[in-house]
Amino acid sequence: MLQFILRRIAVLVPTFIGVSLIAFSFIRLLPGDPVILMAGEHGMTPAQHAAAMHALGLDKSLPLQYLDYLGGVLTGDFGSSVVTKRPVIDEFFSRFPATLELSICAMILAVGIGIPAGMLAAIKRGSVLEQGIMGTALIGYSMPIFWWGPLLIILFSGILGWTPVSGRISLMYYFPTPTGFMLIDSLLSGQEGAFTSALSHLVLPAIVLATIPLAVIARQTRSAMLEVLGEDYVRTARAKGMPPRRVVGIHALRNAMIPVVTTIGLQVGVLMAGAILTETIFSWPGIGKWMVDSVFRRDYPVIQGGLLIIAIIIMLVNLAVDVLYGFINPRIRHT
Amino acid sequence: MKRITKVLTASLFASVMASAVQAQTLVYCSEGSPEGFDPALYTTGTTFDASSRTIYNRLVEFKHGSTELTPGLAKSWDVSDDGTVYTFHLRDGVKFGATDYFKPSRDMNADDVVFSFNRQLKDGNPWHDYANGTTYTYFSSMGFDSLLKKVEKVDDKTVKFTLSRPSAPFLADLAMDFSSIMSKEYADQLKKNGNMGDLNQKPVGTGPFTFVAYQPDAVIRYKANPDYWDGKQKLDNLVFAITPEASVRTQKLKSGECQIMPYPNAADVAGLKKDDSLQVLEQPGLNIAYLAYNVSQKPFDNVKVRKALNMAVDKKAIVQSVFQGMAQVATNPIPPTMWSYNKSVQDDPYDPDKAKQMLADAGVKNLKMNIWAMPVSRPYMLNARRAAEIIQADFKKIGVTANIVSYEWGEYIKRAGQKDHDGAVMLGWTGDNGDPDNFLNTLLGCDGVGTSNNVAEWCDKDFQSLVDKAARTTDKDERVKLYQQAQKIFKQQAPWMTIDHSTVIMPMSKKVQGFQQDPLGFHRFDDVSLSQ
Repeated sequence: MLQFILRRIAVLVPTFIGVSLIAFSFIRLLPGDPVILMAGEHGMTPAQHAAAMHALGLDKSLPLQYLDYLGGVLTGDFGSSVVTKRPVIDEFFSRFPATLELSICAMILAVGIGIPAGMLAAIKRGSVLEQGIMGTALIGYSMPIFWWGPLLIILFSGILGWTPVSGRISLMYYFPTPTGFMLIDSLLSGQEGAFTSALSHLVLPAIVLATIPLAVIARQTRSAMLEVLGEDYVRTARAKGMPPRRVVGIHALRNAMIPVVTTIGLQVGVLMAGAILTETIFSWPGIGKWMVDSVFRRDYPVIQGGLLIIAIIIMLVNLAVDVLYGFINPRIRHT
Repeated sequence: MKRITKVLTASLFASVMASAVQAQTLVYCSEGSPEGFDPALYTTGTTFDASSRTIYNRLVEFKHGSTELTPGLAKSWDVSDDGTVYTFHLRDGVKFGATDYFKPSRDMNADDVVFSFNRQLKDGNPWHDYANGTTYTYFSSMGFDSLLKKVEKVDDKTVKFTLSRPSAPFLADLAMDFSSIMSKEYADQLKKNGNMGDLNQKPVGTGPFTFVAYQPDAVIRYKANPDYWDGKQKLDNLVFAITPEASVRTQKLKSGECQIMPYPNAADVAGLKKDDSLQVLEQPGLNIAYLAYNVSQKPFDNVKVRKALNMAVDKKAIVQSVFQGMAQVATNPIPPTMWSYNKSVQDDPYDPDKAKQMLADAGVKNLKMNIWAMPVSRPYMLNARRAAEIIQADFKKIGVTANIVSYEWGEYIKRAGQKDHDGAVMLGWTGDNGDPDNFLNTLLGCDGVGTSNNVAEWCDKDFQSLVDKAARTTDKDERVKLYQQAQKIFKQQAPWMTIDHSTVIMPMSKKVQGFQQDPLGFHRFDDVSLSQ
């Protein structure tokens, strides 16, 4: 097992270099530069432009800039934002808990509803229930976030008035946020109603962000389950007279979980992508919104650093999935 | 589900009750995050609203709701006869707002003023490059690095500015955001503690509000400055709830989560006006959108061709289609709200038949040209592509084939700034300081040729001598006359098709009192209050 994990970690090194190179070069392939964009319509003389580029170290050759950057990253220095002038790492970690909290809640929703729904659809194959579940999943899968989010806001916040429109917590609450997770910090604050407020703010964005992964997980669970339910050992178990709940719950589910766990792992990437839109719509102060703004401002250090940190997180999640995979199915450890 | 509904309703009720108790907290749904809190480093209105207009003051201020100047931290000033030396007499008893991180030990004085300008002016100043890649963009783009010779302390309450040439717009420039006065005592403390970067993160100013906290991309909190020299504000607390989506801002305003918001979607305005709990303020913006012909190229070097093209386009259709009526057709290169606007100038009439005839008279047949359309939405032009398509269709009616081109925004500005760019460029401008020089000289002056300011590449001697003379004259009536003449020449020579001045819409709760729309586009909350 240890060897298996080490092998997986070794693969991460070239991936890391590849990602850093891509993050560095792609953003520079975009036309425009941060200095021009900051001046906007005001324009700049070539001399002023050159001076500003020099101040930012953007007048050096690209390979030199890359080496400088890589050297910094290896010593834990991701540089400072061109715009806010704050260190990228501070900027990232001041926003990351918001994204993580939202993503975890979305993932709990997606897994908690997606897997049972998929199982139910597989067991009740051919029924109206299956058609209903799968039809809903297809609609959910096709739902564009930029449309689905505002729709829910108009319905639940605007017309029904059940949930707040946007943000993480009502503005009347003001307390220190040591963990950055609003659900936890609101409890720690001891202020009455703070936790409920944080929770009510989380509901809509979590539903919106969970919709696509939920649909994918439900569909994947159903097809994996159907496949497993057709296997000989399941038939044998049934023939032995084992109660159906045990057959499905113990024998079938564990084997059906392998592709589902992979799918869940892959959905982490989908969540990150979905977070960008969800955060923008719900004014959720996470890293998705931050990265998009930085692309528009050509804030090179932020985009590079942000992408790299996100990539590292996704790589680590995939590593964890691989390891989990090895636990569920021992044969995989030897391939 | 029922239980969840109950809980949610209860929490909503609780928050409504609580907000009724804390009535003097105004929540403003702002459109974006400030880039930082040192206004001299930036050029965007979003940053200025959150920093210079709330926390800081300047020597001279724009009168609330107008572009007229009024004494700020300077109670009076003298100008030398040759117009190159300005001596400012500072107000007594002005205090910097105390915060958790800084307690001022003295009142604002000449050292603070000298510090605020020298850090931008002098290369060797330790604050000239205090944060990663500091560039004082606005200071340079207003020409202050060549205009300002020196800033000196005469005594504690007197500061002398020496200019390299007389400049009538100088006073208006001092009311701009980059001219905000910072505390030297605070800067010294930061330098001593080795955290100079905090000047841009934890601001200290003399303004109506003091900074409490900023949670990136979420909330900025301020409280009224108890020692404000112009009297404590009626609002106790001011909160910016950062809400980038216009439709979400609208929902928040309707549900009472905030009391005021900028930049609604044009499509939402009718619905907002119908809402009984809301009021919607409107004001023509201090801006212009235009299509600039590159007059250094054939056939646009011929004024008849430019006039013919101007007459071919139905600008009312653009105002209707792009702004849903929330704009007005532009005639002059400056907006009607600006002083010296020449009402007697007539716009080129919409007359496609005559336009066709004029093109034929000029000997132009089968003209093919580029129209540049900005890739981004700007306050003066919400949808450049749509406007370009209308112009393209109108041009087709007089036999001109137009091809719409667009580039990424930074690239667009860069390419439009090259003298040999091809065709007609759509661009616009929002006034910086309410001075006509900031439109007429900046956008149409000979100095701007070959830069992204004067994309018509138009340099007219008569026009230039008028605006130059106006910039050197301090007599306002004389300046009005000169600028009005300049606008006449502009219309005769038609380097641009003037498209529109957009209307600025500010929806807010009826409880908000005393809010004044600012022609320069700021959102100021001094003198604002909430009724019960």
